[in-house]
Amino acid sequence: MRIFLRVWLAMLVLSALGTGSVSAASLSEASAGLSPRDFAATGAAIEAIASGGDPAGLGILQALSDGTLEKLPDGRLVIATSAGATDALTGAAVTPMPTDGSKIRLNNRLRTQLRAAIGRFGLTSPDPAQRLAAVDALLSDRSPEAFTRLEEALAREQDPAVAGTMRFGVAILALSGTDKAKKLAAVETLSGVLDPRAQGILSELASSEADPDLKAAANDALSAIAQKRFWIDIAVNLYQGISLGSILLLAAVGLAVTFGVAGVINMAHGEMLMLGAYATFVVQQIFRTYLPPSMIDWYLIAAIPAAALVAGFFGLLIERGVIRFLYGRPLETLLATWGISLILQQVVRSVFGPTNREVANPSWMTGAVEFAGVTLTYNRLIIIVFSLLVLAIVWFVLQRSRFGLEMRAVTQNRRMAAAVGIDTARVDALTFALGSAVAGMGGVALSQVGNVSPNLGTLYIVDSFMVVVFGGVGQLAGTVVGALTLGMLNKLMEPFAGAVLAKVLLLVIVILFIQKRPKGLFVLKGRSAEV
Amino acid sequence: MTERTTLLTPPVRVAMYAVLAVLLVIVPFLNQWVPTDSPFHMPDYAVPLLGKYVCYALLALSLDLVWGLAGVLSLGHGAFFALGGYVMGMYLMRQIGTRGVYGNPDLPDFMVFLNWKELPWYWMGFDQLPFALLMVAFVPGLLAFVFGWFAFRSRITGVYLSIISQALTYALMLAFFRNDMGFGGNNGLTDFKDLLGFPLQAIETRIGLYMASVVALGIGLWLSIRIADAPLGRLLIAIRDAESRARFLGHRVLAAKLFVWTLSAVMAGVAGALYVPQVGIINPSEFAPANSIEVAIWVAVGGRGTLIGAPLGAFIVNGAKSWFTGLFPELWLFGLGALFVAVTLFLPKGVIGTLAGLNLRRTKVTTTKLEAEHVGA
Repeated sequence: MRIFLRVWLAMLVLSALGTGSVSAASLSEASAGLSPRDFAATGAAIEAIASGGDPAGLGILQALSDGTLEKLPDGRLVIATSAGATDALTGAAVTPMPTDGSKIRLNNRLRTQLRAAIGRFGLTSPDPAQRLAAVDALLSDRSPEAFTRLEEALAREQDPAVAGTMRFGVAILALSGTDKAKKLAAVETLSGVLDPRAQGILSELASSEADPDLKAAANDALSAIAQKRFWIDIAVNLYQGISLGSILLLAAVGLAVTFGVAGVINMAHGEMLMLGAYATFVVQQIFRTYLPPSMIDWYLIAAIPAAALVAGFFGLLIERGVIRFLYGRPLETLLATWGISLILQQVVRSVFGPTNREVANPSWMTGAVEFAGVTLTYNRLIIIVFSLLVLAIVWFVLQRSRFGLEMRAVTQNRRMAAAVGIDTARVDALTFALGSAVAGMGGVALSQVGNVSPNLGTLYIVDSFMVVVFGGVGQLAGTVVGALTLGMLNKLMEPFAGAVLAKVLLLVIVILFIQKRPKGLFVLKGRSAEV
Repeated sequence: MTERTTLLTPPVRVAMYAVLAVLLVIVPFLNQWVPTDSPFHMPDYAVPLLGKYVCYALLALSLDLVWGLAGVLSLGHGAFFALGGYVMGMYLMRQIGTRGVYGNPDLPDFMVFLNWKELPWYWMGFDQLPFALLMVAFVPGLLAFVFGWFAFRSRITGVYLSIISQALTYALMLAFFRNDMGFGGNNGLTDFKDLLGFPLQAIETRIGLYMASVVALGIGLWLSIRIADAPLGRLLIAIRDAESRARFLGHRVLAAKLFVWTLSAVMAGVAGALYVPQVGIINPSEFAPANSIEVAIWVAVGGRGTLIGAPLGAFIVNGAKSWFTGLFPELWLFGLGALFVAVTLFLPKGVIGTLAGLNLRRTKVTTTKLEAEHVGA
């Protein structure tokens, strides 16, 4: 009796010591059976973990299904991924990364069992993400049991997003069943659902189903999906078009203002984009070399003024060094600035090498947000916002600053502007600097979506010329409308005509368009008749 | 406005034709009749190289006709050149016949490779040289006519026209890169065997092609000078210097510009057609905008609006290019870029114009004044 009492006390103490880790203890008992070799023991352990209902157990099962669960010789379970190892029970990091773990292996029977277990387990989990994962797991297990479980879970579900996925899952599973009414309802649910699994199962149904009602319903659902997908594709193309247009905008603003002010086209303008992109690259390398790794994500912010300064400086240099001697000879300016662009490209080629340079997206630019079935990648979204910001700044400079006022005066009538005391040479130089700085910032944006190479500028220069020709010069509105229209037209035509033909068609459209409006979409009003 | 033609005084013309005549005979002479061990012997490889330069000279002349006389700077003349070259290439492709890799009597190799079953309609007739020669003139001419009609009718001038013409050649380049255009895509047309039964690799054929190119250049120069001398030439200069004024005076600006523009494109097409058999390949990179702009610098170096300057400029720049790329390949682009800047800044009249000295000064004054008004507008 006393012995019994002692044992009882000892157990009490032990359990008191283990307070807070009661569930861990039971989970650790359940998971102890997971074995690298013994499939039967592993199967029993999966069952034990699933019926235990411990939320941490789901993580273990998931890791098992992902093939990342390992057992160390001392019996500890760790989840080992390329990022590092964590203890499966406590979630604590295990350092250094153990090398002597053996993977818990599965066979096909165990895999099916595991999926069902994850499904059952997860459906009751308080975490919506885990419930979602559970639906996915149940979907691959098309047993009648999974179907009833999912239906029950759907009836209980509160979260609308999870309920939607569950409805989808119920519909998919119902189609594997025999109940015609349920199948029809399921087809109804799946109509317009974009998940490729829905399309797969529906087209299977449409081709092999004997029942004419079901077959017709499946066909209807399929065409509803196709139609929805069509519109989503258009939306995606529009999105990409706007993003392309916003880069074109940054490239073309400078061309349009300098052409408006000085009547010359700077063929080296594309190289300002290139210089901006290389400035981004250099800033990135400086951050990598001299600053702690935690700062690297901010290099892009630092690159914006750097690129603007570099490109603006070169723009100023080109204007002061070459272009100002050629005013009144616009065609010769084309040639001289083309020569400058050759030299700049060759300089960059000798300094940075002829191959592409890698500029990484900062982590806050990776990823995407989904909106009505359309995936919007952050990098393009941020570029659109960025160009709007730059545009706002340019607009402010042009409309609200003294320099902008002088610039618009020179654009309208150079000689009158000079007569009222505006230093037109200074305006010319600053306009080139401004236009080039904007293009340099365009280069920062470009480095985030494309390759950084010495001939980067030549790829965009013809397009930006088209923007200027299409939108007209001297007014921001023309450039904005021109850039966005051409960007979107380009991307909208691409799926039908292919990338190359779309470009060709676009050029033809622009050439035909300027038949109607030779000076572009937006013409400066005034008395300045062309000589 | 007679200053323009005073440069081409009778002695200058005689000298020009004499130089052409010397060019015509000296290459075959140096190559064929001077013994190989003599320092004056011209090696075989130099013959097609010089022939290439002569074709470039004709191309430069065609650009000077529109730029120098009519003030229309085309940055897309390479497109007409390449089109003429493609037409010639199509004829040469058909001449290969069963000697191709796949031995198909009708289809060129690349079509067999793409699994095409029959010749596309636009390849029909190119096995006949007369038809092909007609097309050499017709295809670039038609494109130029349509393009020019659209552009000049809506009074697109100056920088706008330059940019649109650059877009034209850019669009053609993209289009010709496509395999389903039926022009060999990326690789273009190559592996030519013979022309009228003469093997293209033989030095005799090459000399023949070289001489044909010189003759074509001579005809081109004669024709251009005739135009410059004629009332049309005066009208073109008037258009160049003050287009609106010429129009207000009742001249048919559109017709004059369209005529000389189309003629110039045909000339460029002929140059391309002579170029292709000598270099043995034509591919879409000939359409690259950079090539067309380079032509403008040849003209600028030689002397814009002088007609004889353009071919000279083509020889100078291309000679320098061959020499430079042999010695310092990485420096050539610096040199070419610097040439663009230096010529426009310091040698606006080009070599010929500078040599001719004061003769052109009065013309220059009028153009500068009028173009300054453009800026003021």
